[in-house]
Amino acid sequence: MDNIDGRLQTEDSQTVPAAPRAKSRAWLKKLGDFWTLGILVIILAVFGILQPSFLSVSNWFNTTTYMTETLLLAIGETYVIITAGIDLSVGAVEGLAGIVAALVMVALEPHGATFAMIGGTLAGMLTGVLFGLLNGLVITAMKVTPFIVTLGTMGIATGLTFILSGGTDVVNLPNQLSNIGNATVLGVFSFPTFVTVLCLIAAGIMLYQTRFGRYVYAIGSNAEAARRAGIPVNRNLIKVYTLSGAIAALSGILLLTRFATGSPLTGTNDELNAIAAVVIGGTSLFGGRGTIVGTLIGAAIISVLITGLVILSVQPYWQTVAIGVIIIIAVWIDQFRHRMA
Amino acid sequence: MEPVLQAKGIQKYYGSVCAIEHIDFEIYPGEVVALLGDNGAGKSTFIKILSGVVKQNHGQILIDGKPVQFASPMEARRFGVETVYQDLALAPDLDVTANIFLGREILRGGLLGRLGFLDKREMRGQVAGRLDQLKVSIKSVAQIVSELSGGQRQAVSIVRAASWGRKLVIMDEPTAALGVEESAKVLDLIKQVKARGIPVLLVTHTLPYAFDVADRIVVLRLGRSVADLRADETDTNEVVQWITGSKTVDRIAELQGHRG
Ligand SMILES: Nc1ncnc2c1ncn2[C@@H]1O[C@H](COP(=O)(O)OP(=O)(O)OP(=O)(O)O)[C@@H](O)[C@H]1O
Ligand SMILES: [Mg+2]
Repeated sequence: MDNIDGRLQTEDSQTVPAAPRAKSRAWLKKLGDFWTLGILVIILAVFGILQPSFLSVSNWFNTTTYMTETLLLAIGETYVIITAGIDLSVGAVEGLAGIVAALVMVALEPHGATFAMIGGTLAGMLTGVLFGLLNGLVITAMKVTPFIVTLGTMGIATGLTFILSGGTDVVNLPNQLSNIGNATVLGVFSFPTFVTVLCLIAAGIMLYQTRFGRYVYAIGSNAEAARRAGIPVNRNLIKVYTLSGAIAALSGILLLTRFATGSPLTGTNDELNAIAAVVIGGTSLFGGRGTIVGTLIGAAIISVLITGLVILSVQPYWQTVAIGVIIIIAVWIDQFRHRMA
Repeated sequence: MEPVLQAKGIQKYYGSVCAIEHIDFEIYPGEVVALLGDNGAGKSTFIKILSGVVKQNHGQILIDGKPVQFASPMEARRFGVETVYQDLALAPDLDVTANIFLGREILRGGLLGRLGFLDKREMRGQVAGRLDQLKVSIKSVAQIVSELSGGQRQAVSIVRAASWGRKLVIMDEPTAALGVEESAKVLDLIKQVKARGIPVLLVTHTLPYAFDVADRIVVLRLGRSVADLRADETDTNEVVQWITGSKTVDRIAELQGHRG
């Protein structure tokens, strides 16, 4: 299909402003696709020069493992934001699922460590799925905006976390848990990183290659068009929020394996880093556009900034300043592209 | 020959507002019919009934002579009636192929298909073929719709409707937002659709367009079908008289009386 459109050509030569606008649009599109990768490389280079130990093997493990926290939540958030929604509850659900899993593990420990770990994991995952389902159902059936619904469930999940844990850490988890959490897979990944990589690949393939992924984009791009095309919009939205809840729970459980302690403070504000990663990664808050690869880059930028500044012993408060600046730039570019389109 | 679609004695009230009083309508295989009428004559309402968006209070719709009931737009489409809506209904962030196959994606064979994997190559191939058949010039089947011109977007909508409308393609003012050149392209496209044997029901306010593509012209006035004219046996003057009401049903009855 390479036939050149005759009318397009004449249009370009007749109307003078059309050509430069088209050109700047293409240029902006390229910039929008690649500027984040450039920023990541620059940050890596700067940290590498300032502190060579930043590029060490141990820091690779450190940074990638740290990154899983943001990245897992961001994967679910990518789906949600592509549908033109938002999920503010992921951090709180991550925390609640972790506490539920930890409590169940402690309770089941007498029946055997493996049994306890499996039972706890299932209970934690179930918590995430139920919260995701709740988000999806309320958003679609009661037609409340995602922002408000997930703000509400964020409060509910946070409250439940403190009620269940009594506000203190859950300790005495099975010892084997930290063996798993600190295991190395394929020589280059920590266990949480490995699980995250699997999720990342699965989420990417599902988004680009399956009908469900296609519907996620279609709904975010024009929900009315999707509806008229016979796509079950509500059912797909419920799936998306459930996915987001489940993946948040997975993140909470993986944190348990790292620290072998369930902290009620886990996940606090994590949704902000996740949303930041997604937006920095080029996913449009207007819906319809976004990539998993972009989210990976976005999460990498945030994580590298944080661990890098720690290594440079910069006051940790500068991290949020830096991330804030990047978010604003990212959203500005998003809006600029949206207006051009 | 049997009409592909027939509407008999259609009536539609919105509450106590009578949008359509009485419409009789039929369309035959391979025919382009232009539906004309003043603002508020009931054109859009009639089209919504035919495409399953609203339900008539009275009257019957028959496809191939069999009575049908459309409970939803999806059902109308299952019967092969496709509509190009005035407000396009495309997903601007998806590409041309994804839009044409929206809601009707082709999946791969075997296990991957059951997992919901798309057969993108097959869909692209089919879309390329259809664009070729209908002589639509779009640079690539993978082009994002938001990058297309208004006329090209309208072409995508029409190709989509023509791809799935086995019985009838309905278009509500497809040239309303377009310039002269782009409108001409859309008219050409309608002729291509007709050439492929698919009947088209076209709503328009632009008489020359109606005369350009239509075999038959049906005029609605105040919720009634008042005239059904062969395009080659009438002229703009007569049609305008029907639209404005300076010519009425009684007078045609009179004329027929003279003839008979
Ligand atoms: N949803 C509705 N509720 C109440 N009245 C309606 C509704 N839709 C249409 N009508 C009325 O029905 C009549 C026919 O409207 P319709 O939109 O079918 O006209 P039209 O021929 O498409 O006009 P136009 O050329 O302006 O598009 C009008 O008097 C209109 O006010
Ligand atoms: Mg109308």
